[in-house]
Amino acid sequence: MIGLGHYLAVGAILFVLGVFGIFLNRKNVIVILMAIELILLSVNINLVAFSAFLGDMVGQAFAMFVLTVAAAEAAIGLAILVIYFRGRGTIAVDDINQMKG
Amino acid sequence: MIPIFVFYLFATLVIASGVMTIGSRNPVHSVLWLILAFFNAAGLFLLIGAEFLAFLLIIVYVGAVAVLFLFVVMMLDVDFAELRAGFARYWPFGFALALVILAEIFFGVIAWQAGGLVPAAPAAAARSNIVVLGELLYTRYLLIFEAAGIVLLVAMVGAIVLARRNRSDVRPQNVSRQVRRRPQDAVVNMRPGVGQGVEI
Repeated sequence: MIGLGHYLAVGAILFVLGVFGIFLNRKNVIVILMAIELILLSVNINLVAFSAFLGDMVGQAFAMFVLTVAAAEAAIGLAILVIYFRGRGTIAVDDINQMKG
Repeated sequence: MIPIFVFYLFATLVIASGVMTIGSRNPVHSVLWLILAFFNAAGLFLLIGAEFLAFLLIIVYVGAVAVLFLFVVMMLDVDFAELRAGFARYWPFGFALALVILAEIFFGVIAWQAGGLVPAAPAAAARSNIVVLGELLYTRYLLIFEAAGIVLLVAMVGAIVLARRNRSDVRPQNVSRQVRRRPQDAVVNMRPGVGQGVEI
């Protein structure tokens, strides 16, 4: 039988994949944003799994809020990415520290 | 038997597509793998009984966020091979860190089970998932729900303000000037004599 631990394991592995992805693609902002989406997805899996196994719907309500914030974050992040690319012609992350306000 | 098989199918696919998302060479492929990961996560949600969130995941993530990613990846003309320059150099440290985090999470889960916080049996769902979720959202969490709406509004306005630019080579519509213009400012009645032109 599939228990809570199985879902938590999937969530944990997905979270770690997201963290690993940030390290792996540390120059490419787009893939870093996608890795953040993976992390938020793993958080959602955890929330929904706990909600289902505890018989409490609050977890799913909060998973919805996490979804909202993730969508907002993706929109803002990609807008920043677009204006950064427009100004510099590249999206390499290690150039960003040269802005100096 | 079938739910177990389906769970392992979805779980394997979501993890595999997560690996491909962070590991593929082409960011377009990364986005497509991310979409597959979202679909399989939606399958996991369906399996566990969270139907509304499953479809929300497909509509919001696949329909909006992933398409936004795809749009940006294809719009930016970036040399992605150059961005992967440090790939071989970074991965051992990242991998070690990932292993440490994974071990910590598993130790945490094991300790939690040892703590005797075993959940009660889930209540039988008499009403459908979306009814219960809607009641919760519109009563107890109404303020947070509205705050989520404000977050989305701020994100929308912020994205538009960030991405818009004043271009000098186009002549945009000036709405306030159009609205302010009155007929008597714009139209003149003239009665030119026969054979005479009109001086403007």
